[in-house]
Amino acid sequence: MKPFDYARAQDVSGALDAGKIIAGGTNLLDLMKLGVETPERVVDITRLDLKRIEDHEGGLRIGALVSNSDLAVDDRVRRNYEVLSRALLSGASGQLRNMATTGGNLLQRTRCYYFQDVASPCNKREPGSGCRAKGGATRLHAILGASEHCIATHPSDMAVAMQALDASVEIEGAEGTRTVPLAEFYVLPGDRPDIETVLKPGELITAVILPAPLPGRQTYRKVRDRASYAFALVSVAGIVSVKDGVIEQAALAFGGVAPRPWRNLEVETALAGREPTRETFDAAADILLAGAEGQGGNDFKIPLLRRTFRAVLGELTQGA
Amino acid sequence: MKTTLTINGASYELEADSRTSLLDALRNHLGLTGSKKGCDHGQCGSCTVIADGRRINSCLTLACMMDGVEITTIEGLGEPGALSPLQDAFVRHDGYQCGYCTPGQICAATAMLDEIKAGWPSVVTDDLTASPELSEAEISERMSGNLCRCAAYPNIVDAISEVAGVNGWKEAAE
Repeated sequence: MKPFDYARAQDVSGALDAGKIIAGGTNLLDLMKLGVETPERVVDITRLDLKRIEDHEGGLRIGALVSNSDLAVDDRVRRNYEVLSRALLSGASGQLRNMATTGGNLLQRTRCYYFQDVASPCNKREPGSGCRAKGGATRLHAILGASEHCIATHPSDMAVAMQALDASVEIEGAEGTRTVPLAEFYVLPGDRPDIETVLKPGELITAVILPAPLPGRQTYRKVRDRASYAFALVSVAGIVSVKDGVIEQAALAFGGVAPRPWRNLEVETALAGREPTRETFDAAADILLAGAEGQGGNDFKIPLLRRTFRAVLGELTQGA
Repeated sequence: MKTTLTINGASYELEADSRTSLLDALRNHLGLTGSKKGCDHGQCGSCTVIADGRRINSCLTLACMMDGVEITTIEGLGEPGALSPLQDAFVRHDGYQCGYCTPGQICAATAMLDEIKAGWPSVVTDDLTASPELSEAEISERMSGNLCRCAAYPNIVDAISEVAGVNGWKEAAE
């Protein structure tokens, strides 16, 4: 690990533009040990007052420093945002969830093997240096939203659930506070895969806002290489309501398949007003998977996503 | 840089580079070698300690961030002749082979049982709004952050099940 200066922020303004932010540290310290991150100055924000989960306009305002454990086990989240609680509980391990924070989880970096290996070229680490993943081992990689410059996936489970829940991100900067819908927070790699979000240098995430809970059933289904403590190959966050035998409303987001927590509103439109049949699910899956492209080692994700999608919709609409 | 650490109820003055992980501080600076370094990347759990009552990976924690936090290591849970219930159960159930992961397993299990008492669900809990009932499936899920390369998992689950009083624990077969 490269040497760095350590400082502790006393308030939010003291954390802005002050250096590399550290909170839970579970991803940053890992990347610093690998030499992927080499900050000269690390600013510890763990003592800031950003650890509360508050009722907010019928929904919740989640402080950026709320740990993944505290968020997953909050009574309101368990009762009204089951998809979020389940997504959090499916991620990482008990130890890591105790350390990892809400803001840090949103900003965690890809687990692409080549991004983590500083001996490999990587357009995300060094724009223009190339991509070793293309033509390499691609089991974890994207089938949607990738570019010729980067095929990495976003690894978060939490952010997938938040994407389905229409969450927004509250951001503090030198010019004040702004709120960005999560749907607009992550940017696709294009020819600049090093730019992952609309967060500007020096800005700090202070909270995530959840709107009032949607009606219907919720679940988070995660498919992975082992039963626990592994990143998603494919995941589906779903909130679906059924009325008089037809799907009233569906909110769906997908993990493990794209450079950002993936959502496609056309999929949801194709489900609304239809009977919950296999034909309906397949027609919506066709829209979801239009343009999906495998890289060889991840070709299996295309049928796997279709099947997981159908299974989740079947579960959420059965007997409803 | 200087940091005051509170470990197993005692105060320690640490003078170390800012890069020093809590794990390296414990092992290399303070002589508390019970916590083990396996992967050093938060993947194996052998470095697990308890911070303010919660289990964490000490390898992914900077020591300089931990002033004012009550750290408990395996040395603080019990000692020869006065083992903690989990330490005693691991011995009796042969919950290890080489023993390298054991301090992390026991620290993780100690805090995990407190999570159950606090009513925390896991991803295998059917009803998230109910108090979780501990079962072998729940223990396996909740302990997945601790790898055992010798694969002593069945005996680890037995040891934890006995201490937790899980129904159906195979006492009769012992």
